[in-house]
Amino acid sequence: MPANLVPSASEFLRISPEILLTVAGTLMMTLESMFSRKRTLGVIAFFALLGAIGLSVAAHGDPGAAFHGMIMVDGFTTFFRILVFATGMLTILMSADYLEKAKAESAEFYALLVFSIVGQSLMVSSNELIMIFIGLETSSIASYVMAGYLRADRRNSEAALKYFLLGSFATAFLLYGIAWTYGITGATNLSEIRRVLLSGQTADSALLLLAATAMMFVGFAFKVSAAPFQMWAPDVYQGAPAPVSAFLSAGPKAAAFAMFFRVALTAFEPVKASWEPLLWASALATMVIGNFAALRQTNIKRLLAYSSIAHAGYVMVALTAASETGTAAAMFYLAAYAAMNLGAFAIVTHVARRGERYVEVNDMAGLSVRQPLTAALLTVFLLSLIGVPLTGGFFGKFYIFKAALDANLVWLTVLGLLNSAVAAYYYLRVVVVMYMQPPVDEEMALEAPSAGIAATMWVAAVATVLLGVIPGLVLDFAGRSADLAR
Amino acid sequence: MNLLDWLLLIPAAGFFVTLLLPRNNPGLVRNFTLGVSLIVFLMSLGLIGPVMENPGAFDREVNVVWIDTPMIRYHIGVDGLSLWLVILSTLLTPICILVSWSYIQKRVNEFYAFMLLLLVGVVGVFVSLDLFLFYVFWEVSLVPMYFLIGIWGHEKRIYAAVKFFLYTMAGSVLMLAAIIYLYNKTGTFDLPLLMNMIATGRLAMSPAEGFWLFLAFFFAFAIKVPLFPLHTWLPDAHGEAPTAGSVMLASVMLKLGTYGIVRVCLPLFPDAARDNAPWIIGLAIAGIIYGALVAMVQPNMKRLVAYSSVSHLGFVILGVFSFTQAGIDGAVYQMLNHGISTGALFILVGYLYERHHTLEIADYGGVGTVAPWLTTVFVITTLASVGLPLLNNFVGEFLVLQGAMQVSFSYAFFAAIGVVLSAVYMLWMVQRTFYGETPEPVRKHVTDLNGREWAIMIPLVVLMVWMGIGTKNFLPPITANNQKTLEMVLQPGGALNATAAPLVKESAHAR
Repeated sequence: MPANLVPSASEFLRISPEILLTVAGTLMMTLESMFSRKRTLGVIAFFALLGAIGLSVAAHGDPGAAFHGMIMVDGFTTFFRILVFATGMLTILMSADYLEKAKAESAEFYALLVFSIVGQSLMVSSNELIMIFIGLETSSIASYVMAGYLRADRRNSEAALKYFLLGSFATAFLLYGIAWTYGITGATNLSEIRRVLLSGQTADSALLLLAATAMMFVGFAFKVSAAPFQMWAPDVYQGAPAPVSAFLSAGPKAAAFAMFFRVALTAFEPVKASWEPLLWASALATMVIGNFAALRQTNIKRLLAYSSIAHAGYVMVALTAASETGTAAAMFYLAAYAAMNLGAFAIVTHVARRGERYVEVNDMAGLSVRQPLTAALLTVFLLSLIGVPLTGGFFGKFYIFKAALDANLVWLTVLGLLNSAVAAYYYLRVVVVMYMQPPVDEEMALEAPSAGIAATMWVAAVATVLLGVIPGLVLDFAGRSADLAR
Repeated sequence: MNLLDWLLLIPAAGFFVTLLLPRNNPGLVRNFTLGVSLIVFLMSLGLIGPVMENPGAFDREVNVVWIDTPMIRYHIGVDGLSLWLVILSTLLTPICILVSWSYIQKRVNEFYAFMLLLLVGVVGVFVSLDLFLFYVFWEVSLVPMYFLIGIWGHEKRIYAAVKFFLYTMAGSVLMLAAIIYLYNKTGTFDLPLLMNMIATGRLAMSPAEGFWLFLAFFFAFAIKVPLFPLHTWLPDAHGEAPTAGSVMLASVMLKLGTYGIVRVCLPLFPDAARDNAPWIIGLAIAGIIYGALVAMVQPNMKRLVAYSSVSHLGFVILGVFSFTQAGIDGAVYQMLNHGISTGALFILVGYLYERHHTLEIADYGGVGTVAPWLTTVFVITTLASVGLPLLNNFVGEFLVLQGAMQVSFSYAFFAAIGVVLSAVYMLWMVQRTFYGETPEPVRKHVTDLNGREWAIMIPLVVLMVWMGIGTKNFLPPITANNQKTLEMVLQPGGALNATAAPLVKESAHAR
């Protein structure tokens, strides 16, 4: 054991974003009664996240491990920290108006969001299985509650219950896998596990090790909604409040992928050959299930849920490539995906109106006539989800499949690309409804987008297009950060 | 900024400005986009002089880095192959804007904006010398056309638009896979550089690799052409699109496919191109005859013209894969001819539709007595389309048949059946529409050409005649360029001596 048990200042700096957010979240809960206008708490959460981004950047100036290797600050960590914090900020922007209309704006929601983000921030920065698990649980429990936030709405309760039951079942597998791994290698630190596996001491327990990795795969695959553990996603995304679905599809998913990449490519990289076929099959199945199931959806939230499964499949392709270019491609992709999906969900939230009464694809009819700008922005997001050039989604796919070809995954690439042609169909259906079908009379008029929704839409659209025209902005950093600290 | 940059930038800027123009003033929108497209057209004429001087090399070349890793360059240039195709696109855009003048009454801003975006896309494809850039423009041109069909088309427009998009997308994702594969192998997307690597033997591909890469590119292009049996999207898309959409689709977008074959498939995969030529020619001839036979039985004029495109484009493919100078010259010439004459046919059919609101041949008859000038122009265009000597298509078809004959008599024989059939279906359609009894509704609705319609048709008719008799004004740059391509395909070793020197210079310049 190291002699000095008192953490140094730089160690504190390395977890300062989490500290800031935890303090902010706790204060928001305890001081709620001081604020008669709950919106103020949203503003506090927003600026706390902004501050956390600042601290992440500061911490990045002094990278390294902290707390005996529990925390690892490297480029990869910083990238994902900023991504989940930014996702949180956009979620706040699009939730405020939604919650006010639902008469449910409270400190609780904003605090839960902040706590969930603390969990994700820990997931992406920890270099230790126990720490990862704590981060995962912090993030998950907060998100279970958020999925059922509008208690009076039965769809919300159903979503939360499903998410909670299936989620805790899957995390149990993960925990069991961690325990087995500890049993085999005697370590929970990723670098240490890697060292033990490389040393060949575990050769006689190869089968046990395979079982351990398989159980951990169950936990991770559930969190990223990869096949065959994707079935919760459509129900949860459809049932949860629209801004929460947006958040779930961007933040927790990116964080879960980050830890999936880190665990697979540091600790378990020495036994790559044993898990590669598993990931190959899962990646393909995820893309196929997501895209083909999405073809038949009529509810737009459910459609976006299946689309998010399909996109998880593309990122799984990058993971299967198991290379630095693959990691960089996945980082770029998750950033682009967060931008385009948050944008799309912001518009869905807007069109759904109070009580989410208009969530069918057909409710988008004539949007291009009623609100041309909103329709045009949604088109940008959908084209990006299809992967049309000059959008972030295109470059994301391009980098992922380039990495896959680099790793000689020719068939996975061809099948994946054909899948993305299938995907064009269901995204185009939304465009068809918006632009080619006349508006129908509705009881509840569609107001102009609220300031928060408009801001989310525009930020997401600018990000989507910027990533599509100057991808170097993000890709350069991703490329530099893709060699994980081992 | 050189001329080519402006040709891309002006319509791109026009696209955004058009969207921002006031929505209650369609006249302003029409005049603005017409002005923009005319400026672009006039500027594009400036390319003729320099390219004519040295058609084998790339003129107005720009080569700057767009993205560092992977190395994607904004590399554009124009040579004898792309020159006329660029000008065809810039010429037809103002014409299509004029065609839509009174026809398009809803969402005017978006319509004209998409016309300009389409222009950016197609010109971009024709001038790209970087495979990645090529792919970007290829996809960009897809989006406006999808909206043109889907919003302003006829009854089954949505079905047609989605089918069009999905077919093209399915082909292009495979092309993307091939482009990435090539990049991983060579470290470059740069087309002249890749051609040079192939010609000098620095890029060696196993036969299997060459075959699959060739096929991936060819599949994407063949869908766009469209080559039988991948043509099924075309009658729907052409039939359902508004006139301007049909014209741009037939005259320009189909050429993206044939252009891609000549520009990318042949020089990059000469061996695979030669090995696969027999079945491709077989499909081309099948398309020529099948397209003609199906056109013959179409009751709908627009679909008839659409199927005639399948037949005409079969000639282009036949000419290219004959690998003879005459055949490939004829093929490229035929791309232009088809653009002019089929474009004109779609416009004339559109005139009839605007007057009588039906496309069924059976609803017409005796139009000649009420609209003699319309009939005259229609007959001239028809004769051009069926390949009457002194008109443009004759030159192209003759050269293609000559080239085919040099390879095999049977190729030329079966293709010539298509020429005969084209006379049958076109003249029969003309007879049923323009001659005979004039039904009362036709007498009431169909009027003769007005000033605007004349202004549209005169340049096209002039071109039909000019390209028919003044071949030497158009063909030399095409021939010069095809010579280079043919050398690369037929004798990779010989091409080394003939073209290595200028290519090396170019690529040194490119670095």
